[in-house]
Amino acid sequence: MMERDDDILKTGTFDWLIVFIYLAMVIWGWLAIYSADFNPVHPEIYSLDQSYGRQLLWIGASMVIALVVLLLDHRVYPAFAYIIYGIIILALVSVFFLVSKRTAGALSWFEIGSFKFQPSEFAKFATALAIAKYLSAYGISFKDRKTQVICFALFLVPMALVLAQNDTGSALVFSAFILALYREGLSGFLLFTGVYAALLFLLAILVDNIVLVAVLSCIALLIILFVRKNRGLVFTVIGFLVLSLGVIFSVDYVYNNVLQPHQHQRIEVMLGRVDDIKGVGYNVYQSKVAIGSGGIYGKGFLQGTQTKLHFVPEQSTDFIFCTVGEEYGFVGSAGLVILYVSFLIRLIQIAERQRSRFNRIYAYCVASIFFIHFAINLGMTVGIFPVVGIPLPFFSYGGSSLLGFTIMLFILIRLDANRRNEVKRAFEI
Amino acid sequence: MTSSDNRHYLYYAIFGLLGFVLIVRLFFLQVLDESYVEIARDNARREIVQFPPRGLIYDRNGELLVFNDVIYDLMVVPRQVKDLDTMAFCTLLDITRQEFEQKMNKAIVMNGRIRSSVFEKQISPRAFASFQEQLYNFTGFFIEIRTDRHYKTSSMAHVLGNIGEISEKRIKESNGYYRQGEYIGLNGIERSYENLLRGTKGVRNMLVDVHGREIGPYNNGLLDTPSVSGTNLYVTLDAFLQSYGEKLLQNKIGSVVAIEPNTGEILALVSSPGYDPNLFVGRERGSNYMKLLKDSLKPLFNRPLNAPYPPGSVFKIIESLIGQQEGTLFPHTKYHCNMGYRVGNHTVKCSHRHYSPIDLLGAIEQSCNPYYCHVFRAIMDQPKFKSTAEAYENWYKHMQAFGIGTQLGIDLYGESKGILYPYTYFDKLYGKGSWRSTNIISLSIGQGEVGITPLQMANVVACVANRGYFKTPHILRYIGDEKKVPEQFVKKRYTLVDTQYFEVVCQGMARVVNNGTARVAQIKGIQVCGKTGTAQNPHGDDHSVFIGFAPLENPKIAIAVVVENGGFGSRWAAPIASLMMEYYLNGHQPTTRPDLEKRMLEGNLIK
Repeated sequence: MMERDDDILKTGTFDWLIVFIYLAMVIWGWLAIYSADFNPVHPEIYSLDQSYGRQLLWIGASMVIALVVLLLDHRVYPAFAYIIYGIIILALVSVFFLVSKRTAGALSWFEIGSFKFQPSEFAKFATALAIAKYLSAYGISFKDRKTQVICFALFLVPMALVLAQNDTGSALVFSAFILALYREGLSGFLLFTGVYAALLFLLAILVDNIVLVAVLSCIALLIILFVRKNRGLVFTVIGFLVLSLGVIFSVDYVYNNVLQPHQHQRIEVMLGRVDDIKGVGYNVYQSKVAIGSGGIYGKGFLQGTQTKLHFVPEQSTDFIFCTVGEEYGFVGSAGLVILYVSFLIRLIQIAERQRSRFNRIYAYCVASIFFIHFAINLGMTVGIFPVVGIPLPFFSYGGSSLLGFTIMLFILIRLDANRRNEVKRAFEI
Repeated sequence: MTSSDNRHYLYYAIFGLLGFVLIVRLFFLQVLDESYVEIARDNARREIVQFPPRGLIYDRNGELLVFNDVIYDLMVVPRQVKDLDTMAFCTLLDITRQEFEQKMNKAIVMNGRIRSSVFEKQISPRAFASFQEQLYNFTGFFIEIRTDRHYKTSSMAHVLGNIGEISEKRIKESNGYYRQGEYIGLNGIERSYENLLRGTKGVRNMLVDVHGREIGPYNNGLLDTPSVSGTNLYVTLDAFLQSYGEKLLQNKIGSVVAIEPNTGEILALVSSPGYDPNLFVGRERGSNYMKLLKDSLKPLFNRPLNAPYPPGSVFKIIESLIGQQEGTLFPHTKYHCNMGYRVGNHTVKCSHRHYSPIDLLGAIEQSCNPYYCHVFRAIMDQPKFKSTAEAYENWYKHMQAFGIGTQLGIDLYGESKGILYPYTYFDKLYGKGSWRSTNIISLSIGQGEVGITPLQMANVVACVANRGYFKTPHILRYIGDEKKVPEQFVKKRYTLVDTQYFEVVCQGMARVVNNGTARVAQIKGIQVCGKTGTAQNPHGDDHSVFIGFAPLENPKIAIAVVVENGGFGSRWAAPIASLMMEYYLNGHQPTTRPDLEKRMLEGNLIK
């Protein structure tokens, strides 16, 4: 017995909550774009000459696509996962040959007439589909070294292609898959080590090496004193210490020879070492001023001076949160954070209730991608993370990103709506 | 897979932690830190300073002396300059292509591309008119309207002073009132009464975007403050008398100071050679200033306030008064002249023959040097003093009470206090306790270690005319059109000599004019009192000096004239003083002595 696709709304398994959160974010984002790019010559919110009018168009297009995604059979997604992935990889490669114009230093846009299209936005869900498909296949266990290598390759290839397009921000997003894979059995040690190394890197730039080494050695010594009966653990700690020293002393080399000057500056500004409000720190400084000047209740809709007078660069795209912070104050911005965190937690809840492994892996990938976007975007806007140009999903202005994220989310909703059938089918078999 | 089943809690933990960190951060930014509110406000607000018109300056008769005129500065915002027809632009301004590039670069170097800078200062009204019509062709350029000072008169530059760009030092002293590039009174009355003349700056707040474009009024103009016009001032000078004095002193180096004795109001303050205040107006300001600065005759030097001369006979007047006050001199006191007063191998000679012995009135009339040596020694060698130093200290206090060796406190910038040493100077010179009145005998006739400015001379005369007191000589007569009298100059300042002793000196001075050395100063129908002087000048011909007042009773004018290298006082200084007194007292009527006037006007002492 098979249920038809058009019944999904009746089965009671359709997750209206996540759709409401989605709609709330999209509409709030649209109002924020209206505030940020408000042009008194075209005050109509639907004016197609302005970003807010075009965003409305994109929202409409997203709704249509979402509906299409929901109406398609749920089996389409696992079935076409590799094909979609292949097409996107091809698109990413062809960018190098077809694109002549750079956007904000990055070479990542297809331009057809006045219509611009960014394949990296679609690479995210495509990669998620491919990884889910691969890992959910029969006989595949994440414990195999070979499986792990292929899995990493699946997201490292698009990541490398995006990085080669000079779009560091989007490439960084692909590290979300490491977070997602932890759920499928990726060593927690690896996750911990990665985070630890990144933290150490920043500390090595910030703190004098000798001090850092001394502090780390003391901590290691204390731990060894506590666990001295456990030989294995003692060696692990010593190994970690040696590794840490390696990282610390290689930082200077990496910092000076691998990272580009603009990345140096961004890191230094984030670490508070450079107070260069006219140069590199300008974005973050003006962003902080915008948010900080919002106070508790904000300046009110369309009343933000920082954003309306264009003091914040990229204010309708990457720095859209400034508008929220300035016009709705602490109440509004804390509200947004809570809304977003609720969204992320809801995604994990959805993931955990899936019977199908494909569904669950895909859900974790989706949650991790949104998480990374949210963390990096808000982190840079409030000045606790270096400036990395990535959008805040559903808020930032941009057709490609809105469409990409909508497809990504609604595939999950479509899969989730069918979770009972998966159960039934499991029994039928 | 039990460990794997618990792994999802990590995600909840990470998401929750991130949310917490962000909210805490937002709390710090938005709730705890209030500085951002101000920064955002300053970002979006531009203060446009509204400069009020500066107060006008009138003379004592209500003649307008200084007024404001509009000037136009051509400003540029380099970044906004687009599609400029450079040829047409240069033609309009009458500059070359290279000059255009230079000016543009200078503007960019000074203030950057976004902020406005002066492209060309003070463009002509004709260029302004054509610009007004074509300004829309020259985007990025605009005209800023300022006011500058203009002068109705070509005289009294030293008194009026001028305005110019403020110096770094005075910006600091002003506690933030002035900003770079603003105009301020540099000297003269423009400087002394800057606070009254400048008025109060207003502020208009404009909403600006990131490119500095003005969007509209900030906060509906609620924070704006209107500017308040500067206060009009009336100076004590008589513009006619002043320019008459300047004319009489033309081609001569010297000073005239005329004071109304009972008020201390300065009627004329001539410094010759002077300059035309209009030289400091407009685009040629800088080069004119350099020219004046390099002139060997030092026209910028304000002589009446700054040039110390040996007081000569002026001191005989004061000695006569001090002697009487000290009880060592009486009108009937007689001394022999002997054509000189011997001190050791040095003799103070008398300048001309006269009857002998002579009493006080006669001594004043004949300006007898030996007489005053006696008078001086009598004052100094009184038995009540334990030492010469003590005697000198007493004498010194008398002198200071007459305003000698001190700044009188005139309301003009840069007044010199002249030269008058305290006793410690002589202690050092001769050794403590080992100097006598004979060592400083030349002070008795106003020679030696002493120098007084023409202003101080005139003040002494005013003091004699008032029979014992003076009021601080000053330039400001009334404040504002309601004619408020400045309070600081009302107080009478008494000398240490009682009023009763002055009359004999006045009579003596009348005799000088009637029978003595200053007969040339006589004015028909008016009893003039005066005293000529010949200040010894080691560098060339003696300076011609005259002090005097008129009329004898109820004096209306006290005057001091110094003509450098003019020889005897009666030769130049006395006639000039007399002509000026006559002109003033007769209500600016032409003189009754045209020959004398002609001789004075044509006299040329500058070779």
